[in-house]
Amino acid sequence: MSQSATAIQTDTHAEHHEELSFLYKYILPVDHKMIAMQYMFTGLIMAVIGGFFSYVFRMQLAFPGESVPLYGIVGPGEYNMMVTNHGTIMIFWVAMPVLIAAFGNYLIPLMCGCDDMVFPRLNRLSYQIFLVSALVLIFSFFVKGGGFGGAWTAYPPLSTVPEYNLTDWGASLWILAVALEFVSFLLGGINFVTTAMNARAPGMKMMDIPIVVWFLVIAVILFMASVGPLIAGAVMLFMDQRIGTTFFLPSGGGDPLLWEHLFWFFGHPEVYVVLLPTMGIVAEIITVFSRKKLFGYRTILYTAFATGGLSFVVWAHHQFVAGIDPRMANVFVVTTLLISIPIAEMLFSYIATLYGGSIEFKTPMLWALSFLFAFLIGGVTGIYLGASALDVYFHDSYFVLAHFHYTFFPITIIGMFAAITYWFPKMFGRMMNETLSKIHFWGTFIPFNCIFLPLFFLGLAGQHRRIYNFSHYPDLATENLQDVRVFATTSLVIMLLFQGIFLYNFFYSMFKGEKAPDNPWKANTLEWTVPSPPQHGNFKKLPTVYRGAYEYSVPGRESDYWPQNMPPDKN
Amino acid sequence: MSNRGPVATHRSSTGIPTGRLATWWVVASEIFIFGGLIACFVLFKLNGTPGFEDASKTSVAAGAFNTFVLLTSSLTIVLAHAAIESGERKKAFNYIWCTIGGGIVFLIVKTYEYSGKIISGDTITENLFWSFYYTMTGLHALHVIGGMVIMALISFDILKGYNFQRVELIGIYWHFVDLVWIFLFPLFYIANF
Amino acid sequence: MSGTHTHPNYVKIWFWLVILLVISTVGPMLEIPIITLITAFGIAVVKAFMVASNFMHLKFEKHIIWFMMIMSLILLGVFFFGVAPDIMQTKGDQWIDCISDNSCVEQRL
Repeated sequence: MSQSATAIQTDTHAEHHEELSFLYKYILPVDHKMIAMQYMFTGLIMAVIGGFFSYVFRMQLAFPGESVPLYGIVGPGEYNMMVTNHGTIMIFWVAMPVLIAAFGNYLIPLMCGCDDMVFPRLNRLSYQIFLVSALVLIFSFFVKGGGFGGAWTAYPPLSTVPEYNLTDWGASLWILAVALEFVSFLLGGINFVTTAMNARAPGMKMMDIPIVVWFLVIAVILFMASVGPLIAGAVMLFMDQRIGTTFFLPSGGGDPLLWEHLFWFFGHPEVYVVLLPTMGIVAEIITVFSRKKLFGYRTILYTAFATGGLSFVVWAHHQFVAGIDPRMANVFVVTTLLISIPIAEMLFSYIATLYGGSIEFKTPMLWALSFLFAFLIGGVTGIYLGASALDVYFHDSYFVLAHFHYTFFPITIIGMFAAITYWFPKMFGRMMNETLSKIHFWGTFIPFNCIFLPLFFLGLAGQHRRIYNFSHYPDLATENLQDVRVFATTSLVIMLLFQGIFLYNFFYSMFKGEKAPDNPWKANTLEWTVPSPPQHGNFKKLPTVYRGAYEYSVPGRESDYWPQNMPPDKN
Repeated sequence: MSNRGPVATHRSSTGIPTGRLATWWVVASEIFIFGGLIACFVLFKLNGTPGFEDASKTSVAAGAFNTFVLLTSSLTIVLAHAAIESGERKKAFNYIWCTIGGGIVFLIVKTYEYSGKIISGDTITENLFWSFYYTMTGLHALHVIGGMVIMALISFDILKGYNFQRVELIGIYWHFVDLVWIFLFPLFYIANF
Repeated sequence: MSGTHTHPNYVKIWFWLVILLVISTVGPMLEIPIITLITAFGIAVVKAFMVASNFMHLKFEKHIIWFMMIMSLILLGVFFFGVAPDIMQTKGDQWIDCISDNSCVEQRL
């Protein structure tokens, strides 16, 4: 399609956007911004549920057998159910919808300079399927036997045979919810990729696309390419549970190891699926608040491609002790250690961007810097676990758990707060209270380290994951170790309490905050050229792009930023 | 071509129309779903898992006939696409319904096969071969049904005179369903060694 | 939209596909495994290629679509060969060497 055709449509496009009724504006919207809000609020509600679960099972670990305030006595089955669903919710119903679906929906059309996603109604459908999947998961907590308690990896035969997991229907509803969630994200992903590939503003070349859009698209492609075998696997697992086939049961000729492969073939790329959007968000924030061109745009992009490619050949490092072929384990050790190179290169580029910049410590910047710090610890401990010899000892210990949370907490929670504090003025047209935001930042970041740093040492001491009550194990029930558990739990409670400040700040600022200007951070990307919040249809006149997204402090210019759509002859 | 929807839908930075690009992404993700199942099947088969010799029990004639039906329906849907490009709406409508007819014949043969196998005791829980057989052909049949429903909706759209490009898109999808069958046929019906 | 390219002769392609189908059905009747393998799966690949390039118009499509499809197939290959050593080798995948007498395999079962 030629540029002229686009231009003709641009002229006629304002009349499409008449006022919509409440139902079509808020409940059944096709506008990508409203769908992004739906994803974000659903994700935040699920985060509250997942956070509550973590509170309950951490209390059980710190004070075994005692009644937990707001919950009561935690039984072993309930403990398993909470551990399992905490993991599932935080990854599939918090990280994915908030980071990818909400910010992908919000940012891709705005940053690419178009009026909506390419398939607005498909977008609405994918949110609705996502909502149904969340409801199915919540429903599964209330069926007979309770929610699924076989760990979020759902290894058979534990996940298959009701006599083993004791959650007959919980297990099936869990797999159904996960499968629905995958379908939703496949539909959404097709929409994202097509939008970014096809609907960019005239003049926006490949190397002018903001890093966050690139990373969202790479993440979605990784998701679409890795999830297929697991959808097949989910169908097979569901049939094992409900129809009585034996795909994964050795009793009927099946192989439980096959599920592990299917799961981790998806599961490991999934780490990068959620990592890359946060990496992109951090790249945007760091350049804006150090007023400097992003160091090595192309390098960062190519390292992301390398990460994506390598992420498909590392999956078996989750299975070193599962009885896989040791020769293959060697291969996977090498690839696992290799993948740290592109990620490290990316982090170095970010640090080089900071070097010599005029850094402003606004809240989004604090979150972005804390991401770099925390993710570095997560990444470095990952190298221990990637080596199969060490992994034999560390496997399924709290060391793994602490490593995992040092990667996923920065990715999900810190990345989410960074993005929300950064784009809040654009989303709601008002500024967040900076003081409260900073209090919330320190109140989250310090307790976070206090929770998970001790867990590394517990893991080194041999504490195994997924144990209901450590007082049953004399070696692990010593007073020193118990003190560490109590310390971690106390830190968790403090961190959760500080989230109240965030919620207050979020909702207060949404309605009563100071009015935000169009471009409060003086950023270059296209979403800051429209009013806050953007109207239906985003742009009054669809923009043309003249340059890349990171032209900050260009010598010879009066202002230190240079919006992408500003014609070169103007100053 | 319709002019409804946002401007974004009508842009084309890659030079490929949006709908077609998206359809290819659908095909790519379907490759992984069916490919994952086929890979699992092949792994078990090459491993010599007991029960896989039951491939000799499937009826080659029925399978070959179904392949023929699907190939023919692929031809008719591509002819529908050719017809709509030259603006012959009625002809395209007829070709689409020929394709749907092909889908129905395919499903009838499939039902006949299923019921025969179930009566003779080869149910889904009999052994791994039959588990794979029913899972994969069942998933494929669901895709056939889905394609038929979408085709029926599109056929009335084009009679009314809009969304012509969708004939090509459903065509790509239908050919993919055909392609999957092209691989399922030798796996389940022919390779019984 | 498309329409800028000339169409292949669809009926002719269909005719060749049916011929190939007949060959792949008749092939196994010789009961030589290697011939069955070639006629069944070799021809399936040829048929798939013909359908993709002619009916799905992959012939006229931009290179990026080819790239997408080929990457999908390569990734499936990675999956297959990454999993194959575990699922297809029930012997010799233990930490101790027991290929010679199978004892640990029996012990495991």
